[in-house]
Amino acid sequence: MAADSATHQFPLPAILEYPSSTPPELIAQGAEGRLYKSTYLLPSIPCALKYRPPKPWRHPVLDARLTRHRILAEARNLAKCRRDGVLVPTVYAVDESAGWLMMEWVTGGPVRIAINEWLRRRRDAERAEGRAGDAIVEGTSEADADLVALLRRIGAAVGHMHKVGIVHGDLTTSNMMLRPWERGKEPANGHNVEGDELLEGEIVIIDFGLASQSTSEEDRAVDLYVLERAFASTHPRAEKLFTAVFESAYKEAFKQAPGVLKKLEDVRMRGRKRSMLG
Amino acid sequence: MSDSSILESLWLEHVPNTHSVHVAVFRNVENAAFLHQQLLARNADFEYALIDAGVITSRLQVFSAAFKAITLQLAGTMKTPNVHSELVYSLSPTNNVLVTPSVSSSATAAPETTSATETETPLTAQDIEKHLLAHVEGKPVPFTAQTLSELTDWGRVRKYYKLNGVSWLDGIKDQATKNRELDMLVMGGMALRGV
Repeated sequence: MAADSATHQFPLPAILEYPSSTPPELIAQGAEGRLYKSTYLLPSIPCALKYRPPKPWRHPVLDARLTRHRILAEARNLAKCRRDGVLVPTVYAVDESAGWLMMEWVTGGPVRIAINEWLRRRRDAERAEGRAGDAIVEGTSEADADLVALLRRIGAAVGHMHKVGIVHGDLTTSNMMLRPWERGKEPANGHNVEGDELLEGEIVIIDFGLASQSTSEEDRAVDLYVLERAFASTHPRAEKLFTAVFESAYKEAFKQAPGVLKKLEDVRMRGRKRSMLG
Repeated sequence: MSDSSILESLWLEHVPNTHSVHVAVFRNVENAAFLHQQLLARNADFEYALIDAGVITSRLQVFSAAFKAITLQLAGTMKTPNVHSELVYSLSPTNNVLVTPSVSSSATAAPETTSATETETPLTAQDIEKHLLAHVEGKPVPFTAQTLSELTDWGRVRKYYKLNGVSWLDGIKDQATKNRELDMLVMGGMALRGV
């Protein structure tokens, strides 16, 4: 019963109650919704289904409207990114009244896990040499090339997303996937053939649940600030390197990027929220 | 399913057992005008979604439209008279039915994908196959990626699905990769129709 309750703790959305080759698997549970891994059309095609269940504490009419709006906003923002060439999951199907959104399943793992594993291996290597293993990653040594290349790809991916007019709202290294390169698609340079391939792959940005359309410097800068804070708390040893490498890659992504980075300095001074005055 | 069958029948994931999908492809259909007429006349014997294969990019695209049509039928929110017309409508990226892909009337070289979704009607795959063979004057071919790739008119696909402005696609050198990306954008366009 314990194993079973993990899957059936929550009522499934109606669509997942219909037969499928493998039972839907609850992957993540957030404050607003649940993420299931399931299949789309054929048993061979995995998909992600995001479900926003009804909130019993809200007025039913208001709840239905909010859910509808949020599902639609997420679907639209994903579609906009996908169409404009930003790597995000393709939207397969959406039922805004039922509160679900079905998307392409992204292979690979979160960037967070890859970076932490990379840092752990580095620490072990340092300890093996008799050092403390808590050295700040400077990015200057040969061994850091993989991480620098990855941070550059993150900067380019976020820059591209901002360029097409979307701000994510919740950028973290958990909301970026490292999808293994397709054969022949690896970049010619900046790709370490000799390395352990831990940090190899293309950046796919996921979870557009808080995303919105905006091209304002303020919104973009706050997006970067959230990522910077998230990165610093998840991977403190690589924080300095992150800021330097990320910014240089971001700056190359689009024309207004330098202005956004300037704004980011203001945001750092005051935090994510604007002044409460006025 | 026997090898001689011209029809591919299957159940889609997350669709109740009451709904199965049957798909057949015909090349060089001679009587497209006649078939079109049956649809317009709402001839109950021709409860099919007849699709011009030129705008079909993949097997998944067809299944995707079928999935959407069935889901809407179950929810009771179809915008068209039946699940077959809903399938055709589901292929369209816009609410404008005029640009909805339908049977091409240029019969000579016009290949068609004919797909039928059956509901509770106790029609068997054999019944459907027999009826199709009797009324579609064309050469049945298997519903495979290979067949479809020979029939897809990518220029029309890009026009229908409003993908001509997507310039990054033109930077993709490998044709197969490019077509796969186009297919995904088509599916995204279908999913987002009218929302």
